[in-house]
Amino acid sequence: MTKDLSQSFTARDDLRTEPRAMRYVLIALAIAFLTIFVVLPLALVFAQAFSRGVGAYIAALGDPEAWSAIRLTLSVAAISVSLNLAFGLVAAWAVTKFEFRGKTLLISLIDLPFSVSPVISGLVFVLLFGAQGYFGPWLRDHGFQVLFALPGIALATTFVTFPFVARALIPLMQEQGTQEEEAALSLGASGFQTFFRVTLPNIKWGVLYGVLLCNARAMGEFGAVSVVSGHIRGETNTMPLLVEILYNEYQFVAAFAIASLLAMLALVTLVVKTYLERNLDEGLRPSGD
Amino acid sequence: MAIEVQNIVKKFGAFAALDGVDLKVADGELVALLGPSGSGKTTLLRIIAGLDWPDSGSVKFDGEDALSRGAGERHVGFVFQHYALFRHMTVFENVAFGLRVQPRAIRKDEATIRARVKELLDLVQLDWLATRYPSQLSGGQRQRIALARALAIEPRILLLDEPFGALDAKVRKELRKWLRSLHEEIHVTSIFVTHDQEEALEVANRVVVMDKGKIEQIGTPGDVYDNPATAFVHSFIGESIMLPVDVRDGRVELDGRALDIDPGDVASGASKLFVRRHDMQVGPAGSGTLQGTVKHVRSFGPIQRADIALAAQHGDTLVEIDAPRDNPLSPGDVIGLKPRRFRIFAAEA
Repeated sequence: MTKDLSQSFTARDDLRTEPRAMRYVLIALAIAFLTIFVVLPLALVFAQAFSRGVGAYIAALGDPEAWSAIRLTLSVAAISVSLNLAFGLVAAWAVTKFEFRGKTLLISLIDLPFSVSPVISGLVFVLLFGAQGYFGPWLRDHGFQVLFALPGIALATTFVTFPFVARALIPLMQEQGTQEEEAALSLGASGFQTFFRVTLPNIKWGVLYGVLLCNARAMGEFGAVSVVSGHIRGETNTMPLLVEILYNEYQFVAAFAIASLLAMLALVTLVVKTYLERNLDEGLRPSGD
Repeated sequence: MAIEVQNIVKKFGAFAALDGVDLKVADGELVALLGPSGSGKTTLLRIIAGLDWPDSGSVKFDGEDALSRGAGERHVGFVFQHYALFRHMTVFENVAFGLRVQPRAIRKDEATIRARVKELLDLVQLDWLATRYPSQLSGGQRQRIALARALAIEPRILLLDEPFGALDAKVRKELRKWLRSLHEEIHVTSIFVTHDQEEALEVANRVVVMDKGKIEQIGTPGDVYDNPATAFVHSFIGESIMLPVDVRDGRVELDGRALDIDPGDVASGASKLFVRRHDMQVGPAGSGTLQGTVKHVRSFGPIQRADIALAAQHGDTLVEIDAPRDNPLSPGDVIGLKPRRFRIFAAEA
């Protein structure tokens, strides 16, 4: 009798975890869900892109319209990421190193683009720079083209993506505090030396993390860009916009070929993100205690 | 370098961190700022360093105005409570930092910098850690590196904020001795902040006792211990027994009963009687000026520490006394007590 009891006890491995059957069901559910919602769509993108063979895929990417979209997307991303890098650094510095009135408001405002629908973000720029907008007539008279051109697309993208760098840096810099900067100042370092020799090295992984996410979103943004772009073929279509147009014209191979580039960007982002997160944890480890 | 602080006021919102502080530190002194947390001692230190600015008042180094100069221009070495070592730099680079950021015109060449850093690491006896990162060091090692880094710029004044606050008791004691001998060696004017009275009394030439943004007393360790200037200093430094008494026409009354002690020139009114634990003389029941019952006795070393319940109108008052062991006490004994030495301060309104 006692022997039987002890056997039934060991059969459960360990009383602290769920029964084995339960564990398998949970794991299977998680895997099934991920497969249906993540792996399958991703695989389909590549399957469709290569459905007429590698030749068709390469031809689709070599199309001048595709090239123009890729170039535009890269330019827009370069502009928005640089602007948001500068803004993010300044905002995070201001929020974490100084005390001032309206600080809470500033932090909430930084998050605004996350809570506003991208379409509305785009519309705001139409209202500002459109023919009937506040600055529209002045800009037209002075020969500046903002809407339906690179500046408008870059502005809308910058607006949509500006929380990323600031959001990545604020908690990191709050955690690190101001003591190392104070130490640098008391040792005779100038403001610039303090920033480049102490602050920046401490937050570099956070900066890269913010830039990475900002870049991924900037290249993939659809809603806001769609409103301000004007969809001029070969001129103001970014990659996501071109994917939609090609798909609507039943050019599936071409549409999915461009989409596969965006999917690859996402995969690379994911890998780099994992690597950066590991280093970020290191940076958070305080020098004291 | 001599430091002169005059009438410093610093408010954080409605809270006065420093409320009119005057302090003079002579060249080469080692001074402790001692007080409970919130007494303003760290704020005062940061103002001297140039990391904070006062709302009013002046700070002078050798007679020259220091407030018009930034932290970097004051040549002050500052050691932070949590070390604030640069986490991404090696120990060597941490110590070299102050030399590397000097203006090009006066910056030393690489060989001189290396030699100087080596010298400083030798001074703090940690040259073997030069290639390590701060996260790989123990607390005591970090503290010594922080000190070496502060000394690298050949500061005219050394300021230390709770230098041993985050360390365990044993390392603390070692570093205390070491700081004293280091000060004797390099003789730079130094101020350190502490809330640990033992540390202040043991290390400093002079102790500045602070409370609630004000200086309560400045004096040698012996002074502040033996002749406390205020009730706060008496209760903060050394263990004391405090009894609420009334001074009336040159007599001291506890619970309406006259005590056989002389109030000196303390004005009539509600007052506080302070007696050091070891200044309570124990006698047989009926002797002395206070009567009490022994509740609990712990004996260690040369003394026995006893809890005595003093009979009073409104329940018993429990006091702790230190008595020599030659006359053993045991719980239940009724004894007489007489303060050998005592101080009376008027109770604050």
